[in-house]
Amino acid sequence: MRLEYFQMVDRILALEGEEIRAESTIPDTSPVFEGHFPGHPLMPGVLLVETMAQTAGWLLLALNGFRRMPFLAAVKEAKFRAFVGPGTPLAVHARRSHDGSGYAVAAARIESAGKRICEAEITLRTLPFPDPALAEAMRARAAAIGLPLPAVA
Amino acid sequence: MSSAFDRIADIIAENSEVKREDITPDSHVINDLGIDSLDFLDIVFAIDKEFGIKVPVEQWTQEVNAGKAPAEQYFVMKNLAARIEELVAAKGQGQA
Repeated sequence: MRLEYFQMVDRILALEGEEIRAESTIPDTSPVFEGHFPGHPLMPGVLLVETMAQTAGWLLLALNGFRRMPFLAAVKEAKFRAFVGPGTPLAVHARRSHDGSGYAVAAARIESAGKRICEAEITLRTLPFPDPALAEAMRARAAAIGLPLPAVA
Repeated sequence: MSSAFDRIADIIAENSEVKREDITPDSHVINDLGIDSLDFLDIVFAIDKEFGIKVPVEQWTQEVNAGKAPAEQYFVMKNLAARIEELVAAKGQGQA
């Protein structure tokens, strides 16, 4: 996990049907912790939401064969149940609960050492890639984190 | 059971700032009711769930943008309700 680059997912562990499991470890150090909070570093809740959204995004990319890019549209029922700080390993799970026309909804959650950290319902719009460079970057990142790539057409 | 129009109007009122009494069969969802794209996404999600269908919004939008269909065909309430009823009927036939 590199917070400054918004690389929130370290590794895809499993992709089965409509579900995905990923892992990521909060970095030991980051400028983010200098502000959040001085003397008491905590992973910001918004970045936990981003982690869930990106995991759901990887799921949708896999399901649509990297043809459309997911963009965050809504976050509902977000709950933050426990604090997590530097160095904490996270297990991230997302399941597509609804496949709409041009959008999808996913139920996502994060656990650490079997303890529930947070959960949310994530809505993502899916749009044609606005730039080939973005599609290429997403494929490269997918390969780096172990997401199965479709054969290039 | 309530009509498709009533069920859709209830969904719009629940998922936007629009008052239920302001929604009529002749209301244009965008032009008259002022539903923005994010609220419309919520409304479509709720319609998908309520009716057990997948509203083909992208196809409708493409048809309108390409000049193949007037926007009123899909986005005026009475017509939207009719399209939803058609989708529900088509789904029922598909399962038969």
